[in-house]
Amino acid sequence: MILYLHELKRNKLSLIIWASVISFMLAVCVLIYPEMSGQMNEMSEMFADMGSFSAAFGMDELNFGEFIGYFGIECGNTLGLGGALFAAVTGISALAKEQKDKTAEILLTLPVSRSKIITSKLLSVFTQVLILNLCICVVTLLTILIIGEEIDLGVFFLLMLSYFLMELEISAITFGISAFISKGGIAIGLGITFAFYFMNILSNLTEETEFLKYITPYGYTDSALIINDKVLDITALAVGGLFFAVGIILSYLKYTKKDIK
Amino acid sequence: MNIIETKGLTKYYGRSKGIENVDLTVQEGDFFGFIGPNGAGKSTTIRLLLGLITKTLGRAEVFGKDIEKYKTEILSDVGYLPAESSFYSGMKVKQMLDFCAKMRKMDCSAQASELCKRFELDMNKRIDQLSLGNRKKVGIVCALQHDPRLYILDEPTSGLDPLMQRMFYEILQEKNEKGATVFLSSHILSEVSRYCKNAAVIRNGSILVSDSIEKLGHTGVKRVTLRGVKEQLSIDNAKDMKYENDTLNFLYGGEAKELLSKLNSVSFEDINITDPELDEIFMHYYAKEEN
Repeated sequence: MILYLHELKRNKLSLIIWASVISFMLAVCVLIYPEMSGQMNEMSEMFADMGSFSAAFGMDELNFGEFIGYFGIECGNTLGLGGALFAAVTGISALAKEQKDKTAEILLTLPVSRSKIITSKLLSVFTQVLILNLCICVVTLLTILIIGEEIDLGVFFLLMLSYFLMELEISAITFGISAFISKGGIAIGLGITFAFYFMNILSNLTEETEFLKYITPYGYTDSALIINDKVLDITALAVGGLFFAVGIILSYLKYTKKDIK
Repeated sequence: MNIIETKGLTKYYGRSKGIENVDLTVQEGDFFGFIGPNGAGKSTTIRLLLGLITKTLGRAEVFGKDIEKYKTEILSDVGYLPAESSFYSGMKVKQMLDFCAKMRKMDCSAQASELCKRFELDMNKRIDQLSLGNRKKVGIVCALQHDPRLYILDEPTSGLDPLMQRMFYEILQEKNEKGATVFLSSHILSEVSRYCKNAAVIRNGSILVSDSIEKLGHTGVKRVTLRGVKEQLSIDNAKDMKYENDTLNFLYGGEAKELLSKLNSVSFEDINITDPELDEIFMHYYAKEEN
């Protein structure tokens, strides 16, 4: 518990900055909707004519004329990328930063088993991802209230849940990698997130690349499916759960026996 | 009781040797110096004793227990000071000490305050703002505040000014007198000879010698000084030979008869034969290994 709280305290500033920036960007997107809504029908038609480009971002199946359609796309780009980058940076730093900053020598010579250290750090990463998403949820709902748009709360929370799960998966994968590296590895975390993001774009383009949506965690954040059918892609979610578990298991297997040089 | 015992302890980092066949015994209540030049294997041995790295071969026990099996239990009674003290950024001294104490499920605030007072360390300062020496003091207080049975200290005085070095050893001696065991690594030979009861010399990953400081001083080597010598001499078994201002100075490790026989044919005004300083003896061990 002490280490868990210590980790939360250490990352407080980073969490506040990321939560503020992402919330602010989402709020701005929501706040400008009333001004843009008049042009949305034209934009929907325009996007429909853009073929593969619209498909790549899932815009061919969403109605920009409705707030939830607009929100689904904006949410996808802002929270989808911003939240995932936060999860990746937090996950990849959790274990590796101790070695990079040479604090591992102090932490790992205290009478606490490495398994407990991993568990505390992992729970701290997940808690931070949860807090980030709660902040974003509250700010977004308040902004929606301000502009007076009606929204299907079930769909809204399902969208938010999909992003939360995606961020948890990315944080678990990067946490697992963190156990193998001795330096910060921020570049690795960012690289993995962008790779997943572009995999999702590619998976929307052709049938040959569709399988990629089962590899990338963005596969189960498909706004079109969530808004139109009100469900998450269970297959993509199951594969994501597998990656999530592998990331965590690897972190325990490696870090409990790792040489701290 | 043996507080530390290693048998054939070996660590390889891939193909490169860290230490090989290290046999080390440290008794309870000892003040033990672990001496060696940089890169000799001191830190590798210490890291193995703390479970920071895993051994390749051999056995390492602390308090009679295997370090890999009983690591958490062992660490609860060990105070460790790393060679380089690094702390979490943004923390105050007090917060860092409190964190270490809480992780040990202890309240060490009284002991921490007293130690900080003796080391003239401001507990309310941010560690980031402290000088290297003051950061070292934070590491020392972290290692000492919970009154452990065993202190493992890696190059403990680097960065400390002479007054603080003396204070540090005074505190260690107090702890040692109360029964705690001190195991410290150093390449500063004078401090080891002054404070330690026993010592081991490590070089190139292997133990060269391990004995009491007193016995280590009796190596059969003598420091010979000849005054009024007019020429540089060549003497068998002589090392560290220096000729300056008609004075010849060297360490002699051979038979006394041979030296006297050689000196019979040499003209000199005065001769002085003494036991060398412990520093010189350790240098002699290093040189012996090199040869």
